[in-house]
Amino acid sequence: MLKLNNINKTYFGAQPLHVLKGINLNVEEGELVSIMGASGSGKSTLLNIMGILDNYDEGDYYLAGKLVKNLSENQAAEFRNKFIGFIFQSFNLIPFKTALENVALPLFYQGVNRKKRNLMAMEYLDRFGLKDWADHYPNELSGGQKQRVSIARALVTSPKIILADEPTGALDSKTSAEVMQILREVNATGITMVIVTHERGIANLTRKIVYLKDGLIESIEENDPDKMDFTKAIK
Amino acid sequence: MFDIDNINEIWQTIARNKTRSLLTAFGVFWGIFILVILLACGNGFNNGLLSQIEGFATNSTFMISSPTTEAYKGYQKGRDWNADMSDIEAIKKIVKGVDMVSPIYSQWTYNGENNVFYGTKGGNFSLKGVMPNYIDIDRCKVLYGRFINETDISEARKVCVLGKKAYEDIIGIDKNPLGMMIKANGIYYQVVGVVEAYNSKVSISGSMSETVILPLTTMQIAYNMGSKFDFFVFTTARGYNTKDLQKEIKNLLRERHDIAPTDEGAFVCFDFEEVFTMFEFLFIGIKILIWIVGIGTLLSGVVGVSNIMLVTIKERTREIGVRRALGAKPGVIIRQVMSESLLLTVLAGIVGLVLGVGIMAIVAGFVNNMPSDDVMFLDPQIGFSAAIAATIIVILSGLLAGVLPAIRAIQIKAIDAIREE
Repeated sequence: MLKLNNINKTYFGAQPLHVLKGINLNVEEGELVSIMGASGSGKSTLLNIMGILDNYDEGDYYLAGKLVKNLSENQAAEFRNKFIGFIFQSFNLIPFKTALENVALPLFYQGVNRKKRNLMAMEYLDRFGLKDWADHYPNELSGGQKQRVSIARALVTSPKIILADEPTGALDSKTSAEVMQILREVNATGITMVIVTHERGIANLTRKIVYLKDGLIESIEENDPDKMDFTKAIK
Repeated sequence: MFDIDNINEIWQTIARNKTRSLLTAFGVFWGIFILVILLACGNGFNNGLLSQIEGFATNSTFMISSPTTEAYKGYQKGRDWNADMSDIEAIKKIVKGVDMVSPIYSQWTYNGENNVFYGTKGGNFSLKGVMPNYIDIDRCKVLYGRFINETDISEARKVCVLGKKAYEDIIGIDKNPLGMMIKANGIYYQVVGVVEAYNSKVSISGSMSETVILPLTTMQIAYNMGSKFDFFVFTTARGYNTKDLQKEIKNLLRERHDIAPTDEGAFVCFDFEEVFTMFEFLFIGIKILIWIVGIGTLLSGVVGVSNIMLVTIKERTREIGVRRALGAKPGVIIRQVMSESLLLTVLAGIVGLVLGVGIMAIVAGFVNNMPSDDVMFLDPQIGFSAAIAATIIVILSGLLAGVLPAIRAIQIKAIDAIREE
């Protein structure tokens, strides 16, 4: 599903910063992978490259069998819209749109008509128990609800892969557990998922943990989340 | 481009900051409003001045003979001379480009005593002897009967055409004047028509409404003028230059009356076209000034819109980044920003346009109903083409205002939404 060959990335500033120094990683279809690392290890940059939000200097990145390299803005937008769903730490819901409108937005950019789009968005909101909140604005929702809205938004286009950047970073432990439960359920439907986190407990709920250190993959650990004690997993 | 979804998207962003949008839009509103008011006022003055000279053939020139100022061929300077009917014929025959020539003889009333009578009712009016074509130069409306015709001239009939005021004063508005006999300076004339001048501001020797008009030949006989007259008017045919014609006519008359070829003082000329052209240039100048001022005001409004939108885009960095991450293509973002600026500008502009036109329509209502004869300000409204031009300018300025913010907006990458502060 996702294949990274020798990805290198340098930020050229006053002091050139070599963030990724040759990343090789395969994520198979339906996998649930977490990327862990200390702050500055390059995990967010890696996720941005996977999400075609950022470009890379060297190497090759294949997404769903297609080489993602030097794409035009339009191509990148289309790729993102079709293949990738994003979940952000700070939700990134558009504040002046209702929950329903937020979820429907990616479909708007696909050119889906209004009726169909609202129907689909409502369906996804319903799936996450937010049907009654459809007409509420983000500032009227709790953190957990916001994240559920943004998960609905990520899923509404039926993407091949979900990229989550610290999805529980802004949530308390109880809602974190709920959100992780939802993400695991989503993964169980066959959608590939990559989660960037620095929380051990979150990583423990994934099947594969990639440890990143100083721009290189330190190790990859297979994990069986079902063995974990759920309450213990999230401290 | 403007389906319900897009309008919704645009409206949401505009309505989010109502006060700011309103203040921004005010700049554009004000620009268009001022432009419309200025244009309408310009037109008002234009119409006012034109109404002063309307009804008069604007391509006409008067020529009056005046004592010579140079000695020539044995004649002393200061000699009186008069053009006569044979000169008129010569001008018609020789000078090309003269459309009409019309000689005029007028008898002024000096002492203010009544000189024109119908029965015992009398009034003080000047007499004017003209040719039939005079009505094409000093245009007037025929209220009763007809104007002087060729037969009147050739037979030197004792007929007259009354000016409207003369008719009203000595005959009375409720009576049909045709066939009545009036006495003017002691001679009886039969009334064949009544005319009303279109315009009382510009006239040759008195307004047509306030004169008794006679056939020129009749008057020449009555006042023992032979074939002489006071002055003549000629009009320039299309495609000819009035100044050239003047020169040719002067040369012809100099030759025929033994006047020195260099004597300019022997003629007094009044070129109506020149005055008219001057007015025209004046108004073109005013119009250019108005557009410059109006567009300038509008431009500052446009800069305001652009400026505020740049700030808005800066504030919306995260939102736009999210949109990009969710699959909005650069074109979509450009279109949205441009549409926002366009909608804001066009709405404000149309309000300004409508309000400006509305206010000036009310003003026009007042001005046009003012009874005064000496209006210098008439019908201050903008024409349809100016309104269309203003609308196009509003649309263009809306697009113009959106260019910089749109460029700024597409520079925002999806990744900017993800970066935490």
